[in-house]
Amino acid sequence: MKVRVLILPKKGLLDPEGRAVKEMLLDGGFDVKDVKVGKVVELEVGEGTDIKALVERYLVNPLVEEYVIE
Amino acid sequence: MKFAVCVFPGSNCDYDTYYVIRDLLGQDVSFVDHNTKRLNGFDCVVLPGGFSFGDYLRAGVLASKTPLGNAIVEYAQQGGLVLGICNGFQILTELHLLPGVLLRNENMTFLCRDVYLRIENNSLPFTRRFEKDEVIRLPIAHGEGRYYVPEEDLRVMEERGQVVLRYCDENGNINPSANPNGSSHNIAGVCNKEGNVFGLMPHPERACEDILGYRDGIILWHSLVA
Repeated sequence: MKVRVLILPKKGLLDPEGRAVKEMLLDGGFDVKDVKVGKVVELEVGEGTDIKALVERYLVNPLVEEYVIE
Repeated sequence: MKFAVCVFPGSNCDYDTYYVIRDLLGQDVSFVDHNTKRLNGFDCVVLPGGFSFGDYLRAGVLASKTPLGNAIVEYAQQGGLVLGICNGFQILTELHLLPGVLLRNENMTFLCRDVYLRIENNSLPFTRRFEKDEVIRLPIAHGEGRYYVPEEDLRVMEERGQVVLRYCDENGNINPSANPNGSSHNIAGVCNKEGNVFGLMPHPERACEDILGYRDGIILWHSLVA
């Protein structure tokens, strides 16, 4: 089973990487309101794997990150 | 005293730390690697700086999931002294032995320079040789040193004296221009509520001899063996 986990910085938290990308895009003449940079983790796991436990225990820090499992 | 210096793949301040403990403090010290399951017989465990496991995923997180990570938690819960420097501080937050988390520096650059720090709590085994509110100078070298903790947690930490070090100017003033990385309330080092676990982003092991230009760091090490 293939699983994709999207991890993003929480809303309201300063995201310097997103800000740097946004500034570059604005300099390039694009009308960009906001940019957030996160990461994607692709997993291939056995059936019945507790994905939520795996993600919350290992992949994200709930203090500063939120995630979506696809 | 018998010290342990933790070595994860990617630790790179391990020998500096070992040198300070053995040669400058004259104490017994051993390296323990990431597969170590028990920390028996040590009086203090030090997590040095570096880039454990390449800092992949988040700085410190992969190191926190090793057998040594579990052993550090067990050791700390039994009241053992644990000191985390830079990457070691990041690992201690990922182990939940210290509150908060270290994020990418606000200005996105890797910082390698000296900073001034104010001693906010000198009642710990790590800081007892300093004066309260004393201003010291130490080097920093980090890309992910922006300390973040939710405001409501911070209030409780302040009441308990868990904020141990803050970035300040030469005169001890805490202001945004003295904050190198955007840390919450200029925080550079915190302890747990019991006071036996301490983490800081600056490098005290790099400021222990006149030949390096300063020796404020050695006071921290002397506090431990006092």
